[in-house]
Amino acid sequence: MSEDKKKVRIAFFDFACCEGCQLQLTYLNEAFLGVLEHCEIVNFREVISDKSDDYDIAFIEGSITRECDVERLKKIRKNATYIIAYGSCATIGGINGLRRRYTDEEAKEIVYPGREFPLEAGWPRPVHEVVKVDFFLHGCPVNNDEVVLALKSILLGKGYTPPTHAVCVECKLKENVCLFEKGQVCMGPVTRAGCDALCPSWGNTCYGCRGILDNPAEQGQTDLLEKYGYTVDDIKEKFDLYNTCKMEADKNE
Amino acid sequence: MSDKLAKKDLNINVEHVTRVEGHGDIEINIKEGKLEKCQLNIVEAPRFFEAMVKGRSMFEVQHITSRICGICSTGHCMASVKAVEDAIGYEVSEQTKLFRKLLLHYETLDSHLLHVCFLVAPDALGVSSVLPLIKTHKDVVLRVLRMKKQYNDLCSIMAGRHTHPISLVPRGWTKLPTKKELEEMKSILLSQVDDLTQTVELYKTLQLPEFERETEYVALIHPDEYAFYEGDIASTDLDNDIKPRAYKEIMHEYNVAHSTSKHSKNKRDSYFVGALARININYDKLNDQAKAVAEAVGFKAPCYNSFHNSTAQLIEIAHCTYDSIRIIDHFLENGVDYDDVVTSWPTTDEWAGFKTSKGTGAGAVEVPRGMLVHEYTIDGKGIVTNANCVIPTNQNLSNVDLDMKKLIPENLDKTKEEITLLSEMLVRAYDPCISCSCHLVNVKFV
Repeated sequence: MSEDKKKVRIAFFDFACCEGCQLQLTYLNEAFLGVLEHCEIVNFREVISDKSDDYDIAFIEGSITRECDVERLKKIRKNATYIIAYGSCATIGGINGLRRRYTDEEAKEIVYPGREFPLEAGWPRPVHEVVKVDFFLHGCPVNNDEVVLALKSILLGKGYTPPTHAVCVECKLKENVCLFEKGQVCMGPVTRAGCDALCPSWGNTCYGCRGILDNPAEQGQTDLLEKYGYTVDDIKEKFDLYNTCKMEADKNE
Repeated sequence: MSDKLAKKDLNINVEHVTRVEGHGDIEINIKEGKLEKCQLNIVEAPRFFEAMVKGRSMFEVQHITSRICGICSTGHCMASVKAVEDAIGYEVSEQTKLFRKLLLHYETLDSHLLHVCFLVAPDALGVSSVLPLIKTHKDVVLRVLRMKKQYNDLCSIMAGRHTHPISLVPRGWTKLPTKKELEEMKSILLSQVDDLTQTVELYKTLQLPEFERETEYVALIHPDEYAFYEGDIASTDLDNDIKPRAYKEIMHEYNVAHSTSKHSKNKRDSYFVGALARININYDKLNDQAKAVAEAVGFKAPCYNSFHNSTAQLIEIAHCTYDSIRIIDHFLENGVDYDDVVTSWPTTDEWAGFKTSKGTGAGAVEVPRGMLVHEYTIDGKGIVTNANCVIPTNQNLSNVDLDMKKLIPENLDKTKEEITLLSEMLVRAYDPCISCSCHLVNVKFV
């Protein structure tokens, strides 16, 4: 019983998202059971029936869209010692930001042409635009290795800071041929690393899911575009895909 | 029924049904022994995916729609690339198709196993979740975790990762498995034969409720195979099958007066999509190993007990396992054409000569929860100008409702707790994916 008390109580909450990041936990296998030895999951709606309001760490998955979600999140903030924004929808707004290209009315018109119905469309926001976030775990979906590393570090009281270098660094270390050389446009030069350059290593490009670096090498990116004959407009749309919320926030600063 | 029961009053509200994907509430009101209301309220936050993809390139649309749902990401990708290819009239290679079928099997295996063992079995074993089973049925939990980990590994080998596949793009694959990887996949699948037998044995011990309600069953049908990736649309109520592009002939989306959700029906008030529909329509196309499982658990098609959707899933687990081995053997024997890779986006040179004519196309795929259709209109520059996604869970919502309206009155002699559990079990049997169903709208039927 006393041992149980020492366990850190963890809760998972999902907002507007695909719940794919929660799903990653079921792939942790024995590592998942290992984590369970040190903590107790008290809220994980997708997998367990029991619910509790008593927890130390709250993982927030998804973007915050509606007023009722804001209220729910504020309650969670009050209950939790630490809040972890978990996955791109939570850390940077992710692809939910694409919805910001349209007003509520336009979005409704696209999905329900010509029909009036009561519906709060909501405005997609990353978690930190609503409440204070203690730690960020980026990615669409999150990277399990990083999740375990961060969780261990947080449980040890050391906190967690995501990588501050670009995906390009990881891609070079894997000795991938640069995608610009292959006639592709890639977000790798300005995107936060931590994924081990997974998408470029699988023949695809980087889409920027881990967010734009706090201090991206802007000149480097500009030089690169120039070298391969692209304009800023050619890549503007690639920035929108995951980073609409961040770009709007920067604009408003 | 006794007088006491006849006058029974009961209000049940289950907020955020657990062990389903997404947020849904069950509401049941019984007054004087009469069922006044029973419904599944979907309370998931709307995300407006059709608006998200409108105006985006056809070469990234599968990347976006994959994010409709983490569990069903492969299925959404698959429907997406098929719709795009159909819209621009692009024919993929036979090799591309066969590898897509393989990846689709992996997703079905993973999703079905999670549903049957983690989401359904706890009810049948009388516990609130898989967690208490770690103490009482540790071998079962470890087996399921092991199998899930292996399915994840299989997806990773094929597509870079399971959730949001990387190498599955319009026109084909950006990376193909090596011979060594093919052998690795085969050995993983062969190693699961024993786990599969154990899973069937466990399933035999589960008690599913007695219930029957015949309805219309809709699934893809293919002349040569148990259809998942391709085929025409078949219905138990129709004599002739229809082409995927004509999906609206069967999938009539409609609005309920008291609801903001899109429901779906054909001629009757509801229809069923999912493993049970597939098996009711395509039972004879199952492989021998799957038929053996069906016999072992006493399953006979056609089956009209919705709870047995889980049984149909178990049978499909066997089918997909052995069909995956068949596909891998084909490539081990005939080799892989490694020149058949594409880039995710056209290269600078390809863009120079790139043009499409404006067109609309549809992709219909059997995903774990039933038939999924994506339909896009694409303009001359490859930009999506219109999109529609018809989601399995949405198609089943009316059928869940009608099942509940028959099931609850048949069980009024039970306690409130028993009725609550029964209704939750019914909802879970459909394996609803509410993230998917609310990709576009806040469903609420009150």
